[in-house]
Amino acid sequence: MEKFEVYSGIAVPLRRSSVDTDQIIPAVFLKRITKTGYDDALFSAWRSDPEFVLNKLEYAQGSVLFAGPDFGTGSSREHAVWALRDYGFKAVFSSKFADIFLGNAGKQGLVTGVISDSETEAIWQLLETNPGLEAKVDLVAREVTVGDLTVKFEIDEYTRWRLLEGLDDIGLTLRDEQSITDFEARREPWRPKTLPAKGA
Amino acid sequence: MSQKPLTLAEKVWNDHLVVKGEDGAPDLLYIDLHLVHEVTSPQAFDGLRLAGRPVRRPDLTIATEDHNTPTLDIDKPIADLTSRTQIHALRDNAKEFGVRIHSLGDIEQGIVHVVGPQLGLTMPGLTVVCGDSHTSTHGAFGALAFGIGTSEVEHVLATQTLPLKPFKTMAINVEGTLRPGVTSKDIILAIIAKIGASGGQGYVLEYRGSAIRALSMEARMTICNMSIEAGARAGMVAPDETTFAYLKGRPHAPEGENWDAAVEYWKTLQTDEGAKFDVEVFLDADHLDPFVTWGTNPGQGVSLLDSVPNPDTFDDPNERAAAQRALEYMDLTAGTPMKSIKVDTVFLGSCTNSRIEDLRAAASVLKGRKKADHIRMLVVPGSARVRIEAEAEGLDQVFKEFGAEWRFAGCSMCLGMNPDQLAPGERAASTSNRNFEGRQGKGGRTHLVSPLVAAATAIRGTLSSPADLEG
Ligand code: SF4
Repeated sequence: MEKFEVYSGIAVPLRRSSVDTDQIIPAVFLKRITKTGYDDALFSAWRSDPEFVLNKLEYAQGSVLFAGPDFGTGSSREHAVWALRDYGFKAVFSSKFADIFLGNAGKQGLVTGVISDSETEAIWQLLETNPGLEAKVDLVAREVTVGDLTVKFEIDEYTRWRLLEGLDDIGLTLRDEQSITDFEARREPWRPKTLPAKGA
Repeated sequence: MSQKPLTLAEKVWNDHLVVKGEDGAPDLLYIDLHLVHEVTSPQAFDGLRLAGRPVRRPDLTIATEDHNTPTLDIDKPIADLTSRTQIHALRDNAKEFGVRIHSLGDIEQGIVHVVGPQLGLTMPGLTVVCGDSHTSTHGAFGALAFGIGTSEVEHVLATQTLPLKPFKTMAINVEGTLRPGVTSKDIILAIIAKIGASGGQGYVLEYRGSAIRALSMEARMTICNMSIEAGARAGMVAPDETTFAYLKGRPHAPEGENWDAAVEYWKTLQTDEGAKFDVEVFLDADHLDPFVTWGTNPGQGVSLLDSVPNPDTFDDPNERAAAQRALEYMDLTAGTPMKSIKVDTVFLGSCTNSRIEDLRAAASVLKGRKKADHIRMLVVPGSARVRIEAEAEGLDQVFKEFGAEWRFAGCSMCLGMNPDQLAPGERAASTSNRNFEGRQGKGGRTHLVSPLVAAATAIRGTLSSPADLEG
C-alpha cells in the first residue's frame, strides 16, 4: 500500500445523502473476479444521466469527493471502494460514513474524512460556483483545503497511522502469529469444525 | 473477586481476544466460523495466491454458492457468463485451498446464512464472519456475527483473526405478545423505522424481552438478519432452551460430553444483571401491526394500516429530502393508504424469510385461495434442504396450485444478480431485506413485507394482511 501524506486533486460535489453501496456500484458488477478495473462501474446508474456531476467536463477528472451524510451504507461490498479508487478518487468527505465502508476504505488507502454538514454545504456551494477547483487533502495536519476554505476533518487515529505508514493488514497481524497459535491451543473442543463434512 | 457486569456481546468479545489492542490499536479477535460465497471471495483468494499464503484453518471455513445461482434449470450450465465465471472461480479456489464447498445441485447448497444454522455450525458464543452484511443473522444464536469486506475475508482466510475496535451496545427491549398475523419481520421493520436506517451505527444490538423470548429460532434469525438495515454491525439474542433445542442433533452440533460442556457455557451467555448498555430502546409488541416500507431504505416503513407519509412532516431536512426522493422513485403520493397500493410481483425468499417456517406461514394463507390475476409470485426456498422439506410437506403443491413459481434455492430476486429481476417500474412486495433503488432490478420498486403480508398481497393484488381476507 502506498503512503498517503498530502494530496491535491479536483474536488467533486455530490449533493446526495444516504449514498448506499448499491448506488456506488450496482450488484451486477460484483460478478467480476478481479481486484481492479472497476472505474466504469462507479455510480453507473447515475452516470447514464447527462446531468450527473461526473458527466460534467469540469468534474470528470475528479479525485476528491464531497458527499452528503450516510455515505457507503448498505451492502458490505468492498467493490464500492475499488470503484472509487479505480475511477481515481483518493479521498471522500462526508458528515457520516457507514462502518463497513470506513473499514474497507482504510484498507485500500482511500481517505475518509468526517466534516460537518455545514462545512459540506459551504464546500458544495464553493464548488458549484467555481467548478474544477482542487482540494488539498493533508492527512498529516488532518485538514482539507478548497479554494480559500480550510476545514479540519476527523479520521480514526489508527487508520490514519496506517495510511501514513502505508501498512498492510495481514502482515501486521502475522507479527502476532505466536499468540494466535497459543489461542488455538486453548479453544474448547465443542466449537464446530466444518471438516470432516457432516450432512443433515 | 467482584467482576464488572457484562453484556452478552462483551462476553463473547472477551472470550475471543487473541491480543488486546494498546494505544488505540484494535483488538485482535479469533474467528470461530468463516462462511464464504462466490461474490466477495475471488479477490480474497487472489490476494492469498499473490502473497503465497495458505488458508490457515480450512476446517473453520465453509463455502456455498448462492448470490448468482439460477433458480431454474439448475442442471444446465449457467447461461450468464460472468455468473458462471464467478461460481467456477469459487469452485477452483475451494479445491486449491482445501475449503469445503456446497455447489449448485448439492443437497447442502443454499443461501450462506440459511446453510450455517441448518448444519448446526452456527452456535452460541461463536464469532462468525462472512463477506456479506447479513451475517448478522447468526446472532440469533447468541453468536457475535458480522459482515466483512473482501480484504477482511482475505485476512480471516490467512490468519483466522480480525483486528477490530470494540462496538458500543444497544438493548432493544420488545415486551408483550404479538397479535395473530404479526410476525418477527414486523418487529424488526418497526424497530428500524423507529431508530432509523443508520440508528444502529457502531452498535451491537441485543434483542431482549418477552416478545423475543417467545419467538422460534427462525423468527429470531429474521430479526437479527435485518440488524444491518438499522446500520448495526451485529444483532444478538441470548441463547436459551429454544436455542439448545434447535441445535440438538444437528449434523455439526456437539455430542455427548462436548454437548454438556457447551450447554453449560452457553447458559452463561446472558447479559449480567446491572450491565450497562450504551443505549436502550423499547418497543411494545402488544399493539404492533403488520409493517411495510413505502420508501427506498428499510427505515422508511409504516404500519400497513397507515398511509404513505407526507415528506413535509419530517423535521430533519435530510430525511425530508430522502422521503421526497423516495416517493418520486416509488411513484407514490403522500396520503395514499398503504393497502391501496397495487403490486405486480410477490417475492417470497431471501435469507430474511425463506426458511421452512416462512414457507409454511405463507402456504397456510394461500391454501385454497386464488391468486390475483395480474400477480406474478416467486417462491424461492433458502436452501436445497428447505426445498426438500417443503416438498415432503406438500407446500410446493400449495404454491403451484395457487399459481406461484416454485424455484430452486438461492438469493434470487433479493438482489437480482441472476435472471430473477424486477422490470423497470415494476412494483414488488418482497420478504427480503433491502428496498434500495434498483436493488431487485433496475427501476424496480420494492415494499418490504412479512411472509404473511406477501401471501395476502398475492391474493388481493394490493398490499394486504391475512386479516383483510376474512369474510
Ligand atoms: S438473500 Fe439477499 S441479503 Fe441474503 S445473502 Fe443473499 S443477497 Fe444477501
